[in-house]
Amino acid sequence: MKRVRGSLIAVAIAGAFAAGAAQAQISDNVVKIGVLSDMSSLYTDLAGAGSVAAARMAVEDSGIEKRGYKVEIVSADHQNKPDVGSAIARQWYDTDKVDVIVDVPNSGVALAVNQITRDKGKAFLVSGAASSDLTGKACSPNTIHWTYDTWMLANGTGGAIVKTGGDTWFFLTADYAFGHALERDTEAVVLKSGGKVLGKVRHPLNTQDFSSFLLQAQASKAKIIGLANAGGDTTNSIKQAAEFGIVKGGQNLAGLLVFLTDVHALGLPTAQGLILTNTFYWDQNDQSRAFAKRFAERDKGIHPTMLHAGVYSAVTHYLKAVEALKSDDGTKVIAKMKETPTDDPLFGKGTIRADGRKIHPAYLVEVKKPAESKGPWDYYKVRATIPADQAFRPLKDGECPLVK
Amino acid sequence: MAISDTAAIATRASNTARAGIVLMLAALAIAPFVGLYPVFLMKALCFALFACAFNLLLGFGGLLSFGHAMFLGTAGYVSAHAAKVWGLPFELAVLSGTAAAAALGTLVGALAIRRQGIYFAMITLAIAQMMFFFYLQTPFTHGEDGIQSVPRGRLFGVFDLSSTLTMYYVVLIIFALAFLLIYRVIHSPFGQVLKAIRENEPRAISLGYDADRYKLLAFILSATLAGLAGATKSIVFQLASLTDVHWTMSGEVVLMTLLGGMGTIFGPVVGAFIIIGIESYLSDFGEWVTVITGVIFVVCVLAFRRGIVGELSAWWSKHAG
Repeated sequence: MKRVRGSLIAVAIAGAFAAGAAQAQISDNVVKIGVLSDMSSLYTDLAGAGSVAAARMAVEDSGIEKRGYKVEIVSADHQNKPDVGSAIARQWYDTDKVDVIVDVPNSGVALAVNQITRDKGKAFLVSGAASSDLTGKACSPNTIHWTYDTWMLANGTGGAIVKTGGDTWFFLTADYAFGHALERDTEAVVLKSGGKVLGKVRHPLNTQDFSSFLLQAQASKAKIIGLANAGGDTTNSIKQAAEFGIVKGGQNLAGLLVFLTDVHALGLPTAQGLILTNTFYWDQNDQSRAFAKRFAERDKGIHPTMLHAGVYSAVTHYLKAVEALKSDDGTKVIAKMKETPTDDPLFGKGTIRADGRKIHPAYLVEVKKPAESKGPWDYYKVRATIPADQAFRPLKDGECPLVK
Repeated sequence: MAISDTAAIATRASNTARAGIVLMLAALAIAPFVGLYPVFLMKALCFALFACAFNLLLGFGGLLSFGHAMFLGTAGYVSAHAAKVWGLPFELAVLSGTAAAAALGTLVGALAIRRQGIYFAMITLAIAQMMFFFYLQTPFTHGEDGIQSVPRGRLFGVFDLSSTLTMYYVVLIIFALAFLLIYRVIHSPFGQVLKAIRENEPRAISLGYDADRYKLLAFILSATLAGLAGATKSIVFQLASLTDVHWTMSGEVVLMTLLGGMGTIFGPVVGAFIIIGIESYLSDFGEWVTVITGVIFVVCVLAFRRGIVGELSAWWSKHAG
């Protein structure tokens, strides 16, 4: 008994020392994670509350709190407006002592947060936003772009479609940073593979009525109508294209960015046969299935999208770097994260490049027919795996000033 | 006797107002040191200036413009573009934005003041919507992203504005100068005539005043000052976005003015601080903020129609007078 008590005291003292050492470099004694996401609008299902849940799971699974660190998670709604998002980011950094911002689905907002994070020397882990500019001309020593980007989507989905004969394209593009980047990157792939772009039309973010845009797309007689949009915009345009009989008329839709939750919203009868590129699917292996099960319990039964998985993975790696450095200084932690190989249950082993690009494989998947699906959320069959070294834009093509 | 009484009351009122201005500016000058977040204060000051400019037109000219966001937004875009792409220093960027708003104000004003009441409001709303779609489509505004990473630069090449406190005092000085200008205008003969037109336009005309000229001048002045607010705001926040030209912004400034007290000097400032405060400090409620501000608006219209400052000064003059 005495010995037990003795060792307990020893552990307690060791713990106190560890905690003291840990807290020495941690600002405000708390590692504060800010999840900035769309909590109310067209991207809320694919990120939103699920991203907060994923961040919390990463903190719990890391066990860092048992080792004397205090971790706090706050969240806010950027409403898809750069001014709202940047005001929140500024206030988080200035007065609320937030150390790292994660997620941010919306490239317009993400680019604004990217700049503020750099000015304030904090850390920014992008899971939600897609624009490849975040590791291109806007790359920053304080930002890591985790889950996916527009170049990857363009080369995955766009490349696969051109190869199977879809060589004339018409783009339906969300009119902001993300849509422009996705359209630009896809157009480059189409042209390189010998295809042609017959036209493009841009629609405002969060559009309800796509009729005039779809009619233009129909009139272009392009074989493929490329949807360079996301979330609610994608599901709306696919549903309305079905109402106009566009697919029945012989044209095909290419959803350049489709999330699991979008397929769920569309239903398999509408979504079947869609080809899309993903970096995470919950039904990949035992670990991802176990994660999905726990995640669904926390997020209204929603199964994790790749953005949720990205938040989990990014926060996991971030906390490892914080622990290794015993510091939460943004610039130092990001540098440490880049030099350490990543390893987590969802994305497996990976690396982070100098330009801030997280590298892992991508998967070209096809949406199952209703008969093939065993139930809700059983939606994808993997057609091809794009290896990690080919999934993302080569370092030299990015024009990132950090890469010399 | 009646005349000297009125004069005495007027002097006392203007003394109270002057004391109020000094107090308000002093409070604002020390506000960052009592724990208020300077970035929030800057935002509130920009909107306070915007609401004061709007109040000049609505409260003293009796003209309800429902498109004032176009002046705020135009100036914001022009000064952000001037600072980022043309590389102009802070003061020139703000001036060019303000000048753009003044020019737009002249055009819109000349068209809109030909009609009154609801028709005036509808014309301004229609033009503001046209401007919104113009800014949505033209490339230099970068659509939904807005003009981002606008450099703050240096004031007169000396004061580094990237320091939040320096920026705050520059914004405070801009606000104070504009506020004093508005105060001066309201109490000038021009302001008196404007009020006369508001009360009874045919009578003012029959007295020989060219009502249209006065209304146009008031409109241009209001547009210019709204532009000054927008130009300052875009440099402070290093961002000019579609939010500032959206019609909801035109509605928000109406709300600020009515809540604080239309036709009072301090009303718009109080209204702006309350609305911006609600938006900033209750932002955790997400979309509910819109509902909360809506409820406040309804309560304000039902219970205290003169607005906060209007009701307070009515109470004051009843008890003190």
